[in-house]
Amino acid sequence: MDHGTSQQPRATRARRGRVLGGVCAGIAAHLGWPVLRVRAGFLLLTLASGLGAVLYAAYWAWLPIADEDGEPPKGASADGEGRDLAGALGLGALAIGVLLVLSLRGIDLVGSWFTPLVLVGAGVGVLWRQSDEARRTALLSDVSASARATTRTAVRRRGPRILLGLALVLIGIVGVAASQGDVVASLKGLAAALLAVIGVGLVLLPFVLGWWRDLAAERRARIRSEERAEVAAQVHDSVLQTLTLIQRAAHDSDEVVRLARTEERALRRWLYAPVGDPAATFVAALESEIADVESTYACAVELVHVGDAPRDERIDALVAASREAIVNAAKHAGGSVAVYVECGPEAVEVFVRDRGPGFDPADVPDDRLGLRESVVARMGRAGGSAHVRSQAGEGTEVSLVLPAALGARSTT
Amino acid sequence: MSETTGPVRRRVLRVVLVDDHRLFRAGVRSELGERVEVVGEAGDVDEAVTVIRDTHPDVVLLDVHLPGGGGRAVLDSCVPELPDVRFLALSVSDAADDVIGVVRGGARGYVTKAISGDELVDAITRVADGDAVFSPRLAGFVLDAFSSGTVDVDDEGLDSLSPREREVMRLIARGYTYREVARDLVLSVKTVETHVSAVLRKLQLSNRHELARWAAAHRIV
Repeated sequence: MDHGTSQQPRATRARRGRVLGGVCAGIAAHLGWPVLRVRAGFLLLTLASGLGAVLYAAYWAWLPIADEDGEPPKGASADGEGRDLAGALGLGALAIGVLLVLSLRGIDLVGSWFTPLVLVGAGVGVLWRQSDEARRTALLSDVSASARATTRTAVRRRGPRILLGLALVLIGIVGVAASQGDVVASLKGLAAALLAVIGVGLVLLPFVLGWWRDLAAERRARIRSEERAEVAAQVHDSVLQTLTLIQRAAHDSDEVVRLARTEERALRRWLYAPVGDPAATFVAALESEIADVESTYACAVELVHVGDAPRDERIDALVAASREAIVNAAKHAGGSVAVYVECGPEAVEVFVRDRGPGFDPADVPDDRLGLRESVVARMGRAGGSAHVRSQAGEGTEVSLVLPAALGARSTT
Repeated sequence: MSETTGPVRRRVLRVVLVDDHRLFRAGVRSELGERVEVVGEAGDVDEAVTVIRDTHPDVVLLDVHLPGGGGRAVLDSCVPELPDVRFLALSVSDAADDVIGVVRGGARGYVTKAISGDELVDAITRVADGDAVFSPRLAGFVLDAFSSGTVDVDDEGLDSLSPREREVMRLIARGYTYREVARDLVLSVKTVETHVSAVLRKLQLSNRHELARWAAAHRIV
């Protein structure tokens, strides 16, 4: 009776040693109880309220018949079974104790509806133990993760409305029934209807969970294929084309280096540093500007960033000013440009550094002067500032500072 | 761009290359040429540990992604028993998340595989001298990691950077060389190197919780 990974074997209806449908024998084998006791239990339940027969029928329909070579059911109990048995007995004793106490107080719960309800619950519990241990945990984790997420959002958003709707419906039904006559009778009818609905729900529960699990699996598969398509698109659009171009330009080693480097940087950025939505955050917007500048001006721009900030008008101005500074560096320095961005609670700072020839601040070349003025002026309008540091032979650094607006905070 | 900070090294440095791409190793070998002696090569974790133990090099160029456990596995085996072997990590990705595990395992910094031969020799020399190689990206990572969380301002143990260290890191993140940092902050280059080494040590030993939390928050893939 072992199924490899599962600790408890699936409950089946016994093939051999059965009297009617092999339900009692099968259950006895699954739980590790003596067959006689199980049979006695079913008999008592039948005599008491007819529930035994109902349960028997349900199990007959639900439990699969044992395999061809299944051994005759034994009363053997493994460690886990023993523990389960002890737990079940303990719970049963507790329930009986509670009932006794309540009946001493005059509350008689062992009436027509309480015990059968409890027993139905126990029956459902046993039904549940049908699945393999592993399959059940897999099911639960699959389902519970997605279910928890969706139900949590659903409950939060629609819970109050659902409850209100349910309450109204119930009151309405009771009202309609009561208007016909006896209130108590209509309440009893309502209770019976509720029980029926719950019963149907319990029966359908395994199916629903199965469907949910299939849905989750399908969703995962869809996400995976979408990702694969994305990778394929990137490889096709970008890498394959670059490789083709390289083959064609094989004689021109500078061009080959440029193509290879551009592609390498683009691919590395795509793989390792996705920084979010350019429309929403500063760093992402700057990243997309940088990618544009890199391909237009054939330069290498390294971006290091600490923290991030949400976009607004002033940040947009900073993005534009940064872009101009980077373009300026790319045009005059060639080679590589280093950009450092720090988004702190007090200010957003951007430093654009190149290792070009540099210039003597007292003798600024015209075009650098012009752009600098536009960068400086732009920053000034946005409420920030820009500074240029340069030294002949040492390269140039442009620093842009945008203080946080009053009341605004940047996110890290 | 090499800075002479200590006694001029006369002996040729002995280096072991560990990378699972044979072509890349061959390329590095030819780039390094005569300036550095490549005494061994390895393509996976076990081979690397064996070669390192046998040859006892000055510096090991260690790929971050190696079959058999990654560069981290090599560090875990070798660092305890061979404390004078220095490790310099090699990374394709230039993403700090990738490299931080290896740095915390004992590497003294990293370089990207796109690095030029001269800069590589410089980095190897610096690591052999006991200094750290901090790329702007690693400096940015450090600033980010050590700015999150609430740490006592007075507590400058392992969990936060001193103001001076923070300034040095900022300048390095902006692309300054050590010499330029020294000039900007009016320090000697040796002092800058000391600060950088101190930051490296903090990065390696610091309160794991904060750095782990940062890594978890920034994990993208």
